[in-house]
Amino acid sequence: MLITQLKSKDAIASLAQGKTFVINCHGCKEVYFPEHQADELQKELAAEKDITEIMTRDYICNPDHLQLQLEKYMDKVKDADTVLVCSCGVGVQTVAKYLEEKRVFSGCDTYPLPGFQGVTPQALDCAQCGECYLNYTGGVCPITACSKSLVNGQCGGSKNGKCEVDKDMECGWERIYRKLEKLNKLDTLKHPTKVRDYKKPFDFSTKDGE
Amino acid sequence: MRLTELFERGEFVVTAEVGPPKGINIDHLIEEVNTYLKGRVTAVNVTDNQSSVMRLGSLATCKAFKDEGIPPIFQVTCRDRNRIALQSDILSAAMLGIDNLLLLTGDHTTLGDHPQSKPVFDLDSVSLIHAVKQLESGVDIAGNELVGEPPKFAKGAVVSPCSDSVDVQLAKMEAKVKAGADYFQTQAVYEPEKFIEFMEKAKQFGVPVMLGVVIPKSVGMVKFMNANVAGIHVPDHLIEELKKDKEKTKAGITGVEITARIIKECKDYCDGLHIMALGWESKVPDILTLAGL
Repeated sequence: MLITQLKSKDAIASLAQGKTFVINCHGCKEVYFPEHQADELQKELAAEKDITEIMTRDYICNPDHLQLQLEKYMDKVKDADTVLVCSCGVGVQTVAKYLEEKRVFSGCDTYPLPGFQGVTPQALDCAQCGECYLNYTGGVCPITACSKSLVNGQCGGSKNGKCEVDKDMECGWERIYRKLEKLNKLDTLKHPTKVRDYKKPFDFSTKDGE
Repeated sequence: MRLTELFERGEFVVTAEVGPPKGINIDHLIEEVNTYLKGRVTAVNVTDNQSSVMRLGSLATCKAFKDEGIPPIFQVTCRDRNRIALQSDILSAAMLGIDNLLLLTGDHTTLGDHPQSKPVFDLDSVSLIHAVKQLESGVDIAGNELVGEPPKFAKGAVVSPCSDSVDVQLAKMEAKVKAGADYFQTQAVYEPEKFIEFMEKAKQFGVPVMLGVVIPKSVGMVKFMNANVAGIHVPDHLIEELKKDKEKTKAGITGVEITARIIKECKDYCDGLHIMALGWESKVPDILTLAGL
């Protein structure tokens, strides 16, 4: 089980640059999604920002389903500068993978809830770390795509774009770098040193949906 | 003596790397270092469970070297310890008078002789540099104050100049410099032209870079490195050179010649040299003489 929690209004507003296409995922039976908060926040956002569409669906982590659902919106998607996804980390990565040329940002952080874990439908994964990194990394998750879960860049173990742990596995940081390069967003990597907060996933109960 | 002070004076700094044994007797290691390295190199790196193979600790070995009058460089990886243990060991080093560090992420545990163990990576090379910088300013990485005088180190880091993704490596190098890296030692270089090209881009960071070399011992060894070791590529013409005279290669002469040649071609473009002899410490004096150092 997992909980997706909206990032703060300021954080989301700073992500919604230019024409913004919003995708909400009401999720699956494994996810709690803050529907009403998202609704309210997006209404406020629409008053200040250029929100061209808000599309709300479920199971956007299923690539075929996502493609089908986006079909009739593709003109607006193509026209958008930013695609803002409010879903768990798998959903954001699925959208980022499908819309390869787009700036895809996550509007949520994903936290674990004890209980039965749902089936991850594909190779993408979310570790429910509670401090989503996808906005720094072009929609490729460094926690699950890198064997060492490194958050400050590639280690010295990548050879021909593959990971030292498994020659069949792509280096996560190679993927992140190439994606940001393609988006002309390599400057995103020039952030202050990141130090992971392992207390985060256990902090959820102290939050009130801010 | 911190390496940073030598770089500031404009010295071309030479270091070598050794690995502690898998056991508690270091008489042989001390003898090798005293015979072949002392006086010829400025400091000796001591690896931290290199290749994820469990051995005698780097810190204890560093202390033994220091007692012998051999300046050590304490290598610290993020693989085996969380941020509490890392900072604690680094403070311990300072207390023992060890003031040169090389801070790395570390190989994954699955590559070594304890593949079942838990890979830690609580910090990574960049956040570890940041942690040491914090300690130097009198607080730990969580912001808690240290008691008394804070430690002061030369904070070393690594980079792979001949990586097939050198742009990705340069981005990481920049992150390390921003976090506070004082100097760099590189992964082994066999292609001087690639190294020189790398240095053209790396010089913008204004941090000393030491050329890394590994003595090529045999055709089998270099083929293994080409297939398995990240950041290393031994070009075909060097493999041919090793194949040509089997006796000469076996005696180590070819490897010494190749290494000295690479150093000569690169040394004007960098600030120092780091020799990884991998057991061939006895060849280091010949290499340095042949390279004119």
